[in-house]
Amino acid sequence: MFDLRDLYQQVIVDHNKSPRNFGKLDACSHEADGYNPLCGDKLHVYLQLSDAGIVEDVAFEGEGCAISIASASLMTEAIKGKPVADFEALFRDFQHMVTSDLAEQPDDERLGKLAVLGGVREFPSRIKCATLCWHTMRSAVQGSHNTPAKTE
Amino acid sequence: MSFDIEQLRGDFPILHQQVYDRPLAYLDNAATTQKPKAVIDAVRHYYERDNANVHRGVHALSERATAAYEAAREKLRALVNAASSHEIIFTRGATEAINLVASSWGNTHIGAGDEVLVSEMEHHSDIVPWQMLCERVGATLKVLPINDAGELCMEQLDDLLNERTKLVGIVHLSNALGTINPVADIITKAHAVGARVLVDGAQAVAHMAVDVQALDCDFYVTSAHKMYGPTGIGLLYGKETLLEVMPPYQGGGDMITMVTFEETQYNELPYKFEAGTPNIAGTIGFGAAVDWLNDNGIANIAAHEQSLLAYAIGQAEAFDGLRIIGTAASKATVLSFTLQGVHPHDLGTILDREGIAIRAGHHCAMPVMQHFGVPATARASFAAYNTKAEIDALFEALGRARDLFA
Repeated sequence: MFDLRDLYQQVIVDHNKSPRNFGKLDACSHEADGYNPLCGDKLHVYLQLSDAGIVEDVAFEGEGCAISIASASLMTEAIKGKPVADFEALFRDFQHMVTSDLAEQPDDERLGKLAVLGGVREFPSRIKCATLCWHTMRSAVQGSHNTPAKTE
Repeated sequence: MSFDIEQLRGDFPILHQQVYDRPLAYLDNAATTQKPKAVIDAVRHYYERDNANVHRGVHALSERATAAYEAAREKLRALVNAASSHEIIFTRGATEAINLVASSWGNTHIGAGDEVLVSEMEHHSDIVPWQMLCERVGATLKVLPINDAGELCMEQLDDLLNERTKLVGIVHLSNALGTINPVADIITKAHAVGARVLVDGAQAVAHMAVDVQALDCDFYVTSAHKMYGPTGIGLLYGKETLLEVMPPYQGGGDMITMVTFEETQYNELPYKFEAGTPNIAGTIGFGAAVDWLNDNGIANIAAHEQSLLAYAIGQAEAFDGLRIIGTAASKATVLSFTLQGVHPHDLGTILDREGIAIRAGHHCAMPVMQHFGVPATARASFAAYNTKAEIDALFEALGRARDLFA
């Protein structure tokens, strides 16, 4: 079970059970859909930016596996209250972590709590579960509402 | 004919391995079955000894290859009890066979205002080709619904069938639910209104005896790889009278008797529908899979699988938080389920680390998922070589998955 606990760390199990920022945002400046046709995971993310470009509020709803729900929950925590201008760098750091070589330690300083998702590297078929919410949020941030975000 | 499970498992080299230091329990047979050594050997023998193109060479190798290729056709004819080997067309799989009928027969026999009837439990491969056909010709796709047990709502069939119905596409054994459908009844009723019936037997042929003449189906399709044969090969059975008047599906070599720039004369059945060099090795392997099924006896295999399914259902019903998706009175080989608090994909990953291979997802039957209000299910599906010990291992691992998420 050691391997599995690498993936399903307690933080992930907790966030799956009680996802943070889960639900609708009635007032939002940005939103986007995400869909993974392979497994049917669906997400919708909402973002409320202040005039100064700060993420005042963020929420998500949808259905998916523990990895995808926990990843979305952790993502909303990570970006709430931060400048939206920082999102792209965090997106890249996260993307790098989940696709990097197993020997490379996740950069705790930059990723903070998100580092618990580093375990997905060992499970190639599950990486997209962790990245769907990031791609979806990126479409929301970039304002491309027309087509649902995908992980490829 | 005896059924010795240990001896039978010995036929499958792949089963004897460890995955993540656990003995492999392969319970994903509805996706594809493993291959017995006889099938692997037949393919290897062809490439090592007989490799040549079929139907054209005058040399020894081509004659041997052609004989083995055509022998496979005869084995398949006998397996499904077709009247003639001319009625057995080799295709890339069940999907291509359905597309062949939808294009060749559909384009010439279905027009604006006509209806095609499929069921709510069809695999996408028995939905999308008909949907595409309906869009092409202006016909309407109708759906026979299922009930909450995952059975066809047969009482609605009479209302859905009418003189506009030209084709009924129906799955014999559902890959997502395990339901065995009363296809003979459906065929009788469809014929009464003048409709033709295509039976999707991709799952069925490995698990039950199929007799296309007794069923009186117009078309029957299946795939070798779900019945212990290689991937990339399958078949279309069609009644000779229908196949005779159908235009070719693809043009190319082998499907002609004479070509000029002015006109081409098409070859006779079954070659009219087998353009290009076929999957010769796969076809020979397909034939070897039929031999293997016959040697072990489909009735024996089916009885063994039914006892496994009953055993698994017994454990599933006693398992707290488990919901079986598909509880038809008549079912085979498939246990589809959800577990409260654990998403099917997480289950798939957790079980994999225990050496247990199952499928998690929509099983290419999204309308079934929509009916049951679930995004996906976990599915264990059984074959001749599975054991009760593997089912015990499955439920022990499910218990650990539940604990992990508690």
